[in-house]
Amino acid sequence: MSADTLLQALTIVLQTDVLLAILLGAVYGLFIGALPGLTATMSTALLVPITFYMAPVPAIALIVSSTAMAISAGDMPGTLLRIPGTPASAAYTDESYQMTLKGEASTALSIGFFFSAMGGLVGAMVLLVTGPLLAKVSLNFSSFEFFWLAVLGLLTCALVSGADAARGFTSLLFGILIATVGLDITTGSPRFVFGQMELMGGVSFIPVMIGMFAFSEILRGFTTNQSGGEEMPKLGKIVPFQGIFGLFRKYPFSFVRGASLGTAVGALPGVGGDLAAWIAYGMSKRFSKTPEKYGTGHPEGLIESTSSNNAGLSSAWIPALVFGIPGDAVTAIAVGVLFMKGVNPGPRLFVENPSMPTAIIMCFFLANLLLFPLGFVAIKLARHVLSIPRSVIVPIILVCCFLGSYAVNNTLFGVWIMLIAGAVGYVMERNGFPIAPVILGLVLGPVLERNFIMSMQISGGNLLGFFERPIAAFLGVVVCLILVATVVRSILYFRRTEPGGGDAVHEAQ
Amino acid sequence: MKTTLKTLVHTTVAAAALLGLAGAAHAEWPERAVTVIVPWSAGGGTDATARAVAADLEEKFGQPFNVVNRTGGGGLVGHSAIANAKPDGYTIGVITIESTMYETQGLPGVNPDSYDYVGRYNADAIGINVQADAGYAGVEALIEDVKANPGTITASGANRGGLSHLAWAGLLNKLGIAPDASIWVASDGSAPALQQLAAGAIDVVSTSPAEARSLVEAGEVATLALIADERSPLFPDIPTTTEALDVEWSPMPFRGLAGPAGLPAETVEALEAALQEICNDPEFKSFMSSRGFSVAYQDSATFKQTVYSDYEGLAETMKVLGLAK
Repeated sequence: MSADTLLQALTIVLQTDVLLAILLGAVYGLFIGALPGLTATMSTALLVPITFYMAPVPAIALIVSSTAMAISAGDMPGTLLRIPGTPASAAYTDESYQMTLKGEASTALSIGFFFSAMGGLVGAMVLLVTGPLLAKVSLNFSSFEFFWLAVLGLLTCALVSGADAARGFTSLLFGILIATVGLDITTGSPRFVFGQMELMGGVSFIPVMIGMFAFSEILRGFTTNQSGGEEMPKLGKIVPFQGIFGLFRKYPFSFVRGASLGTAVGALPGVGGDLAAWIAYGMSKRFSKTPEKYGTGHPEGLIESTSSNNAGLSSAWIPALVFGIPGDAVTAIAVGVLFMKGVNPGPRLFVENPSMPTAIIMCFFLANLLLFPLGFVAIKLARHVLSIPRSVIVPIILVCCFLGSYAVNNTLFGVWIMLIAGAVGYVMERNGFPIAPVILGLVLGPVLERNFIMSMQISGGNLLGFFERPIAAFLGVVVCLILVATVVRSILYFRRTEPGGGDAVHEAQ
Repeated sequence: MKTTLKTLVHTTVAAAALLGLAGAAHAEWPERAVTVIVPWSAGGGTDATARAVAADLEEKFGQPFNVVNRTGGGGLVGHSAIANAKPDGYTIGVITIESTMYETQGLPGVNPDSYDYVGRYNADAIGINVQADAGYAGVEALIEDVKANPGTITASGANRGGLSHLAWAGLLNKLGIAPDASIWVASDGSAPALQQLAAGAIDVVSTSPAEARSLVEAGEVATLALIADERSPLFPDIPTTTEALDVEWSPMPFRGLAGPAGLPAETVEALEAALQEICNDPEFKSFMSSRGFSVAYQDSATFKQTVYSDYEGLAETMKVLGLAK
């Protein structure tokens, strides 16, 4: 990357129309993201017709800044109302909502925006320096490697569930089971559809997510109200970004780990930021000095996963820009827009016209920088959300639940899924089963299955095929080591807690 | 009867009078927004072209044409939503070649009789892509390899029984090679398949040359041939399987406008005329070619013919492959 290219890119970006596109995109993204149930993908798809009439750079700038903002703002309804905006934010929705219940909503929201922006900046920086190189590496990942990554993602669930691993695992399997509903891609045969046309498309995770988190919370609110009344979450002091530098100094490694993990995993097409946030949360707990605080409103895991989330967002563009392989729906749309504007993604773009991809990456910088001021305003406004009495906010949440689940596929079917998922989630939580693993299973289940079947078809049914490619072998060994270590540790633990084997039990009693 | 006739005459006269007064505005379709169902997800090729067509229709008819993505089940959910819509002209959709395949696959709900056809606006042949350093001089060499080493060449590009699969296996079948001589790896569309190809995990991806072109430019992938009987105007340098292998086999994935069976005839006519104009519009043409899609207009009757002949031809191939149920 020569200084010349940087300067050229800068002159492309520092045009009124580009800057205006970034600003408008950011405000629009903030709005969409803050509305529960509306996703970054949806916001991007809505923008496409507008981009028809725009020059290439402003068009891409609009998409870039609206997604960056929508994903970060998606943490807001999760924190305030327990409605996760994206499957990535489902990883830490419970954590941030617990902070709100403790009266630390301001801190939780500040962490969301601040570390999202920081993670995004790191991601953009890495992209700028290593873009084509990273793409080259990511191109070496086949179904064998993706399979192991998916297993790794699922394993983090066991780490996250911690004390009650058995219940967490049950929830996870339940999620994977729901993921098998619909036409399977291998043979095209319908599974668990009971003759219902709508079920052939499978169960989308968005209505399930909204139902299990938000609707079940409403149900819980009703039942606790009847049995004595529940306190509204305390408002706490809303001072945006207060104490955030203290947290930054306290948990620097969480941020660095989260951002680098996000950048690395995000660059893999098709897996992207969702997986990164889950692995980051699990990893954070694993390395933490105080893992017992996780799930009770502890900022550490939040910092790590939210920074990985946004770091992954920008690096998801690498395979898209360099090889035209989109990593997710957003980049798929963006690739389409680029082609339409005569800017063909590909390595030649980096060689022949390097200022163009550089300009796109700069849009990421600007969009993430905008997160600071816009986040400030959003957090200020959030005070009003929390000061609304529960009798008013519950109907609003309900409307959001209905709208969000309807908008997935524009059918009432999504609403039914949401309602059923809500009831199931309520029963699960009452009995101590965590719900986040269900979402993880639902998101990763299909990834796991597809890549397993593809790999088996390639290797002709030989399981050793999973260890034949070097990267796959490495990932496979890591997964096996984690499994063995977990088993050995729990055996040792039970040995120690057996009566006579040690006095841990007596101490505990 | 007489009164009915009388009323009819009166109404017609009144209508004619009104028409004369108010121009073409009287009770003419469309009076309100029209929904355009797209059975594939936002951001894909079908979605992008559908949105472009819808935007042009909106301009022509002065009413909103709202694109709604109804995805899932390999397009079945959306296709059946179009088929089951009220045939009042206010719900139409973009259909793809998959609509001709569901019934043969044993999936209920959609067959060519489910629709009234407006017209086709796009059709592009499927290409045969291999790794650039695989060392095949041409498609002939690849076919020789499949023949010589049955069961070792892995191919992908879609689900089992998807059009990509049928195109490739059907080609082998036409050449007198057992279709399972090349193992089909089921994938969720062409993007993951291309990733597998670039990573060196599989050998062949059958997908449109437009999807593969970035990787071709990168020197990672080479497109050996198009499974078609004539060259594509957008990729004139890529030979066809017909010229290279002397075989008659050209399954063309199409995109076209259709509505539920029973649409009012004047609605179909109005849409057909509008679609033809759109396909001749230089702006639409340049949009399509920028995405690597060719504009291949067929009017209502020809499009219907194409759909039925695809339905029969693909059913035959599926039977040979043991995919028909």
